[in-house]
Amino acid sequence: MKHKVTTTVNGRKHEHEVEPRLLLVHYLRDELGLTGTHIGCDTSQCGACTIHVDGKAVKSCTMFAVQADGKSLTTIEGMAKDGELHPIQQAFWDEHGLQCGYCTPGFIMAAAYLLGQNPNPTEDEIRKGLEGNLCRCTGYVNIVKAVQTAAKTMSTSPARKATVAAGGN
Amino acid sequence: MIPAAFEYARASSVDEASKLLSKFGEDAKVLAGGHSLIPLMRLRLAQPSALVDINGIKELDHIKEDGHKLRIGALTPHVTIQNSSVVKDKLPLLAEVAGEVGDNQVRNMGTMGGVIAHADAAGDYPTLALILDAEIVTNRRTIPAKDFFKDLFTTALGPDEVVTEVVFPVANGPHKYIKFRRRLFDWAIVGVAAQKMNGGWRIGLTNVGPTPVRANAVEKALHDGAKPEEAAEHASDGLDPAGDLRASPEYKKHLARVLTKRAIQQAQGQ
Repeated sequence: MKHKVTTTVNGRKHEHEVEPRLLLVHYLRDELGLTGTHIGCDTSQCGACTIHVDGKAVKSCTMFAVQADGKSLTTIEGMAKDGELHPIQQAFWDEHGLQCGYCTPGFIMAAAYLLGQNPNPTEDEIRKGLEGNLCRCTGYVNIVKAVQTAAKTMSTSPARKATVAAGGN
Repeated sequence: MIPAAFEYARASSVDEASKLLSKFGEDAKVLAGGHSLIPLMRLRLAQPSALVDINGIKELDHIKEDGHKLRIGALTPHVTIQNSSVVKDKLPLLAEVAGEVGDNQVRNMGTMGGVIAHADAAGDYPTLALILDAEIVTNRRTIPAKDFFKDLFTTALGPDEVVTEVVFPVANGPHKYIKFRRRLFDWAIVGVAAQKMNGGWRIGLTNVGPTPVRANAVEKALHDGAKPEEAAEHASDGLDPAGDLRASPEYKKHLARVLTKRAIQQAQGQ
């Protein structure tokens, strides 16, 4: 039996009838066409599918779409505003915090949650905060640098800081 | 990977959850944080006929101080336990262990009740519950932790029984949990909990058997005045751990001894 699911994704309201077994990540990608959220491992480890649900970072492969009913979601597509990259996106670009880029959307969403909780993290806190995300290219050095740079940019741009604390919306 | 089809219903009260579980029959499961269940369903190692989603029962998400006890609601996520000033003050061991479960994303979703009811041999809370003589409260009764964990993924819960709270004693003396793993977000290959309480040591082991183990011989040796390194030699007494991809039985027994020594020493050093 299908169930009605109403969500707000990146500020837009959606309503669908879905099978209970539909994973949230498949709902985002296949029903809404938001393919920026990636599927990396299918075992809840890699974090490529990280999004925000009511402001909290979660792995969207480990949640059913029916569980998102009534919730507000932010995906990587909701980070840039008015054609301008989010400071975290810009920092990943500037610091070259990626090589193949597959894990990047998940890292950016996890970093946004981290900086919302702790706007000025130490390197250790960044590494611990991103423990749920795997990158198989970079060795993480430039990813950590990107988060440090983003933290600096965002501390001088309070409006942006506030949007992240609110879950990116 | 896509889980097998199942029926889905949301419960708005514990009573309703229990009724739904009765209606769907013994192959139905409770869905809390889902961070153990959903991965198993995706791999089709679990194929429940129905899921009863209890996430709408908000009163199950709580931390209450009750005299010399801490009552942790079944739906309390790890992140809340980790950051709770009450838990940090009254049972810091639990706050520290909560902060070592999975990763940020997992801790935002996974719950106390889910870990306890799932009863994975590598789960961390069951070991704490066992050694601290915690009580598992359900919609029907209160079960001492020592009678709750029956076997691998098997508990004393009946098919329509729902965990509502886990009640821990207050204990803020020397303590340490060492979770030995290859990557930060992994399950423990072996875990050791040490807590000084009421003048004696409580020592517990994670993932060295189908259920958590209380290291009685180590506790007795410490009580009789043995040094940590002497007492810890008894940590593998009577253990018969299963080997897995990450560790052989011999290696797990070795870890039990080494980590027990370190846990006691580090707790003493606090």
